[in-house]
Amino acid sequence: MKPRLRIERRLEVPSWMNWSIPAGAVGVALAAGAVLLSLLGVSPLAAYKAMIQGSLGDAWGISETIVKAIPLTLAGLAVGLAFTMVVWNIGAEGQIVMGALAAVAVVRYAFVDNSLVMFSLMFLMACLAGGLWAGFAGFLKARWNVNETITTLMMNYIAILLADYFIYGPWRDPSSLGFPMTTPFPEAARLPVLGGTRVHVGIFLAVGLAILFRVLYRWTKWGFELRVIGNNPNAARYAGINDLKNVVLAMFLSGAVAGIAGMTEVAGLQGRLQPGFSGGYGFTAIIVAWLARLNPMATILVSFLLGVLLVGGDTLQVVMRLPLASVQVLQGLILFCVLGAEFFRNYRIVFIERGE
Amino acid sequence: MESGKQQPLVQMLGITKSFASVKANRGINFDVFPGEVHTLLGENGAGKSTLMNILNGLYQPDAGSIRIKGAECRFSSPREAIAAGIGMVHQHFMLVPVLTVWENLVMGLPGLKAVLPKREVIRKIGELSDRYGLDVEPEAQVWQLSVGEQQRVEILKMLYRNAEVLVLDEPTSVLTPQEVRRLFDTIRQMTAEGHGVVFISHKLDEVMEISDRITILRSGEVVETLPGPMATREMLAEKMVGRKIVFAVDKAVLNPGDTVLEAEGICALNDRGLPAIRNLSLSIRQGEILGIAGIAGNGQKELCEALVGLRPIQFGRVLLRGKDMTGRKPMDFLRAGVSYIPADRKGTGLVGAMNLRENFALKNFWRKPYAKGPFLSWESIAGETGRIVERFGVSAPGLGIPVRNLSGGNQQRLMLGRELSGTPDLIVAMQPTWGLDVGATEFVRDQLLRQRERGAAILLVSEDLEEVLALSDRLAVIHKGEIMGLVEDPRSASEEELGLMMAGIRRETAIEGEKGR
Amino acid sequence: MEILIPILSAAIRSGTPILYATLGEILTEKAGVLNLGLEGLMLLGAFSGFSATMVTGNPWVGLAAAVCVGMAVSALHAFLCVTMGANQVVSGLAITMFGTGMSALLGKAYVGETIRGLGILPVPVLAKIPLLGPVLFNHDPLVYLSYVLVGLACWFISSTRWGLTLRAVGENPRAVDAAGLSVARLRYAYTMVGGGLAALGGAYLSVVYTQMWVEMMTAGRGWIAVALVIFGIWNPLRAAFGSYLFGGVGALQLRIQAAGTTVPAPLLLMLPYILTIVVLVGISVRKGKGILLGAPASLGQPFHREERD
Repeated sequence: MKPRLRIERRLEVPSWMNWSIPAGAVGVALAAGAVLLSLLGVSPLAAYKAMIQGSLGDAWGISETIVKAIPLTLAGLAVGLAFTMVVWNIGAEGQIVMGALAAVAVVRYAFVDNSLVMFSLMFLMACLAGGLWAGFAGFLKARWNVNETITTLMMNYIAILLADYFIYGPWRDPSSLGFPMTTPFPEAARLPVLGGTRVHVGIFLAVGLAILFRVLYRWTKWGFELRVIGNNPNAARYAGINDLKNVVLAMFLSGAVAGIAGMTEVAGLQGRLQPGFSGGYGFTAIIVAWLARLNPMATILVSFLLGVLLVGGDTLQVVMRLPLASVQVLQGLILFCVLGAEFFRNYRIVFIERGE
Repeated sequence: MESGKQQPLVQMLGITKSFASVKANRGINFDVFPGEVHTLLGENGAGKSTLMNILNGLYQPDAGSIRIKGAECRFSSPREAIAAGIGMVHQHFMLVPVLTVWENLVMGLPGLKAVLPKREVIRKIGELSDRYGLDVEPEAQVWQLSVGEQQRVEILKMLYRNAEVLVLDEPTSVLTPQEVRRLFDTIRQMTAEGHGVVFISHKLDEVMEISDRITILRSGEVVETLPGPMATREMLAEKMVGRKIVFAVDKAVLNPGDTVLEAEGICALNDRGLPAIRNLSLSIRQGEILGIAGIAGNGQKELCEALVGLRPIQFGRVLLRGKDMTGRKPMDFLRAGVSYIPADRKGTGLVGAMNLRENFALKNFWRKPYAKGPFLSWESIAGETGRIVERFGVSAPGLGIPVRNLSGGNQQRLMLGRELSGTPDLIVAMQPTWGLDVGATEFVRDQLLRQRERGAAILLVSEDLEEVLALSDRLAVIHKGEIMGLVEDPRSASEEELGLMMAGIRRETAIEGEKGR
Repeated sequence: MEILIPILSAAIRSGTPILYATLGEILTEKAGVLNLGLEGLMLLGAFSGFSATMVTGNPWVGLAAAVCVGMAVSALHAFLCVTMGANQVVSGLAITMFGTGMSALLGKAYVGETIRGLGILPVPVLAKIPLLGPVLFNHDPLVYLSYVLVGLACWFISSTRWGLTLRAVGENPRAVDAAGLSVARLRYAYTMVGGGLAALGGAYLSVVYTQMWVEMMTAGRGWIAVALVIFGIWNPLRAAFGSYLFGGVGALQLRIQAAGTTVPAPLLLMLPYILTIVVLVGISVRKGKGILLGAPASLGQPFHREERD
């Protein structure tokens, strides 16, 4: 009588798993990170302590964490929308860049010395730029079933190189000697900040859109349609839902929201465009969306947590002289653990006794 | 083709197999002699595929034994079965489309040389092709071949591996009549060479033509094994569907009202692009149930989909209360009061991961009380869902659990409740009681009758002949996408008559009466 | 004509790291697994190669170490995707993040160091051929190895029994499973081989090309490799052509700028990505009987044998 293992699909997932599994995964990842750090001769306790102190230890730290959380939330919502329809929008990074480029273009070519007008114009053009960038990939998928993972991924790099072209070329600030960047935004084009921090009004956009998305998914017809398409395209067609049209529309919206993230980064935070300004937010947003299980309100929370990670990374660089990129190790580990944990969410291991 | 005093190539003795609580095979005895075509005949779910998958090594029997040329064998994988000489040609081909014919033939072959011996393989293919009359172009890529040619490749694959017994699972379901001819020539060639052939089918005329022996399965058991020449179509049809039990149903006599649905000479293709519905006409009036009887795979699914806008119509028209709905979107049909209960309840009719409320909303999210402008009113949705759960007896721990956790019967009750509670004008119901227990089955039939009394027009498609006879006011028999005949009074129709129509023989007199109202 | 020689020669050398990664990914994708972790794998390979060479003083040890690291990390990707059925896109991105971060973290101590890597080894006789000689045969051994590997890959895929199985498992794993072969084992193997090759490509950068270590030194070559697999429609020879072409653009661009540029560098660098989209749309539109000619049909989809019993 040898007991054997069998892997069985779960019939229902206990709801406590919905938050405990991502939380557990993060825990395991941090533990693994601790092991790695100690193997490198870095004290994990010291490192983690420095990270927490840097990001949550004082008001400035918290405000900096929020500053990072804003684009993460926006991009996380954007990615989450696409993923809800099982459309793999890996192009948030590029859509952010396009949004930022649109904002800079507005300032350069359509400047009006009025904050409200500038905000509205930049907002609109950023939505359009990001939306079209993503919508194009959505159209290709809907019309000819072109793999959206590849198209959105490629368009990332096209967008980044496009930005490089403008930054190094026609839009370069002549006084920006060694480090190329565009001319700084005039006051009217900048977003107001809160208190003495760098937290700009983009925070209202982030929270507002999260609430909007929650309402969308839970309480609107269109949100329901999107969820059905993502769950079962056959049933969607049976129910009279037009899946093709909705894919393009949803991708446009997804890109638009990512574009807003780009706009707020450049108009709210940085005030000018530098190479590499998007800083991997588009890819980190994928972690955010995955950890938050595509839930808009959870996206805010998870974005904050990842903001802690990123600000912590800045601190590590300053305090412990570790390269900034090291934080990506933790990001990677978290993703590995979340992916692995999902397996336990969907399957369970059953011991069975087999006769003979 | 003589099976005299020879030893059988395959002997299956007392095979029993259950899946969960369903007994798919019960003590089945089946054998195949060299040079014979032994047909396994039965309806869907009769147990034919299970039996052959056991022979093929995919499943293990719970009881019983298999003997290959007298020696007891136990196959734990298809590879072992092939090594023992059993070659199965599945209904869904296991070919790699972008590879060539010869590459498909040798892929995964044990003992294959490191550098592909292309010339040798092509030569051997040529030999086999000549011997068995299986013409294929060895260097063609499989995706370029017709379905009939692809099937030939599958057969060649087995012959290449020296299979002595070939099992063909529903081989003609995807072939044109000419291709069926060629297949039969090939089968005769194979038996002449001494192979044994197991032919699995539910198509009576073909079975009649090709079989040396016929074994009829029903509900997992062998009904009878008889020599091919002795069988008649009527005999086979009768044995396949079973003795008719007169099922007394309390059906009120109604006077049907105006015509609700009219289909005029419609033609539609199936998913493979072959004609599934040919020049089909029918009409249904208010307060009447039109039953469609027929053996599975004769176009029933395509017909239902065409009538609700889910399948494009190549020719002909579909009229709903006189209005031409041909080519309109599914949503237009929904808004016009058409309700469709699909056979595939889990894959199409319901979204398994969503809960009961959401599944109700699936077909109602655009309707007035449940939607206010762009928003959904979950209160009204929950309210109506609760009412449906009560009225239709859906046993569920709550409205918020995913429907995939419900039993099949409860899923069907929920789906029925959703479709019928909205007082539709036309109900298209396909296999509404399939897989349900007795209680659920009775309930479903009762509900359909109530809708009929309410004045709905109902199209009932079912492979359960007894059910369709009991419930229908008028009965049409479908065969290869055409209506063979229309029976005005189902209870007066004889089994023989129906069996003939299901086998493809028209009922001449009825056809004239159909055209019109 | 003579001016061309240094340019073409530079293109070959610059394209070689990309070629290794592209070749590896072609094998992985042909088996049906999508590995977007190439950038991370290349960086890990670059770091391992560099550090192992520094420690042992032997560049071949360094290269071997890189291959081992690449295979180990891509085995993780295979485990997540093949055994656990996780989303292949996300897993690949995780590998990239992990690889980028890990190589930066570990490499901190090595920034600024140099090693003696592999030197140029002209091929006797062949290197003397006018034009072709200096362009093709005046390089380090790893370039020659890449030539051999490309040829080997082409032959392997089209003419051997394992190549046949490889093509089959990426197109229709069900058929391979029905033939009694293990889909999982095949996918593990090819994912690891692909990862090893990608790491080797990265190691080429640090051990041969620059003989230094710099954080993020691959500068996006891993992503270009992903693009080139599609651009070359999963064919090793076309991929080689693409690698030299686009690797060359990088090398070329410096010279063009020195000579007074007309086309700005970023726009040139966009070409591989734009062309990939064009090619992808082209093959999607031109479908033959529903088959996407060239792309492995089961790419990115986990394989689950239908539940029996």
